[in-house]
Amino acid sequence: MDLLIAPLSRAGHAVAFAGRAILEMFRPPFELKETARQLYEVGWRSLPLIAVSGFAVGIVLSMHTRSSLERFGAEALIPAALMLALVRETGPLIVGLLVAGRVGAGFGAELGAMKVTEQIDALEAVAVDSFKFLVVTRTVACMLAMPVLTTVANFTGIVGGWAAETAISGMSFEAYFRSAFSVVGFADYIPGTIKTIVFGFIIAITASYLGVHTRGGTQGVGYSATRSVVAASILLITANVVLVRLIFFLFPESAG
Amino acid sequence: MSAGANGAAGVRLEHVSKAFGTLRVLDDVSLELPAGEATVVLGRSGTGKSVLLKHIVGLLHPDAGRVFLGDQDITSLDPAALAIARRQIGFLFQNAALFDSITVGENVAFPMRRHTRLPETEIRARVHEKLAAVGLEQAVARMPAALSGGMRKRAGLARAMALDPAVLLVDEPSAGLDPITSEEIDDLLVRVKRDQGATLVVVTHNIPSARRIGDNLLFLHEGRVLARGTAAELERSEHELVRQFMQSEAGG
Repeated sequence: MDLLIAPLSRAGHAVAFAGRAILEMFRPPFELKETARQLYEVGWRSLPLIAVSGFAVGIVLSMHTRSSLERFGAEALIPAALMLALVRETGPLIVGLLVAGRVGAGFGAELGAMKVTEQIDALEAVAVDSFKFLVVTRTVACMLAMPVLTTVANFTGIVGGWAAETAISGMSFEAYFRSAFSVVGFADYIPGTIKTIVFGFIIAITASYLGVHTRGGTQGVGYSATRSVVAASILLITANVVLVRLIFFLFPESAG
Repeated sequence: MSAGANGAAGVRLEHVSKAFGTLRVLDDVSLELPAGEATVVLGRSGTGKSVLLKHIVGLLHPDAGRVFLGDQDITSLDPAALAIARRQIGFLFQNAALFDSITVGENVAFPMRRHTRLPETEIRARVHEKLAAVGLEQAVARMPAALSGGMRKRAGLARAMALDPAVLLVDEPSAGLDPITSEEIDDLLVRVKRDQGATLVVVTHNIPSARRIGDNLLFLHEGRVLARGTAAELERSEHELVRQFMQSEAGG
């Protein structure tokens, strides 16, 4: 019986933790300075990773789309097909997983180290609400950074797609973009991008929860970092299934 | 601001019990830590000494019983009121627990920035004053990771003193330090008590250190106060364990 109860009770704790984060986001005082610092860490410092990855994924997607569409003699649709794939799903999911890796491990390890060296207790002892100061700031920063990072990845992805295309067909940048944007509308861009705000929440909450509950010294810190990446990635990928279903329900036009 | 300049406050525990799982760490402990005095808490490892300190600052909540800071029952406070009560308390953690993403100076400034409206120049002056008191004015711009253990502890003490607390709680001041550095820290603690009239509660295993600091000593064993008194009184204690403990000069 314990085998069943222990994980359930842990899951319950984690859900309460997430709920508390949502409530505290709207309750002053807002730790603006610390949120800005986290935004720099999570957002700005993830940019190189995201931009390069987006570019590379764009190239690969373009090569695959070309080999598929060539069979139907539909090469003209390459830019549009690539754009749709990127903006709707590939961009958000790739960015989600990359941020889960980079930021999830970072949060898990940093908060874990703060926990085992009593820095979290020290914050409380100097009368600072450690949950607000550490968890809420990171969550807000992640939720703000994700849609921006996704947009960057979409953009560099398209540029990568053009680079692959022009190497083969010599297509101009302008023609490529015009073709790409001819089919894609806000109904494609908005739901997929809003979805990443949820990804940001999942990543930050999972890693923060595992981080501040770290036990067992240095080994525990490493363990928390690993578990943060694994748990955040799994939660994100499974939540994505539900979110896509929800988007099709709320925005029927984006299913077309 | 007058965060602690209001003079010392005593600490009182009434029938405090605390268990972790099935392990009873504090078992119906009642005690009074007099204002302006230095009380040293002795006992073997794992007898709830640190747990006792964490109850005084409200980091742990007792399963039963009450903890008074001055005449305020801190176990009954909501988080906001507890945060206000905590401003009268300085806590020096065993490994100093400096915030390692900011410099030593910012660590000391941190409580001031959070809880006072002092202008930046005044904060800088006070940081300098606090660091000078522990002999670390040169280290103001250094990162905690670049400090030795003794320096870290002194920086932690400067941070704990940032708001001139009425009560200073110290967890194992000598742990991991050489005897000379350890003696320096003890002297600092005695000076803080004498100059600021702060109530001092010090947890230690180190008997020489306990003799230097303590106006009175108390010995925790199996979750209860086994003996209490001056060092001389504890040496003549009826309990073999206490006498044995007092005779060990090794410290550590």
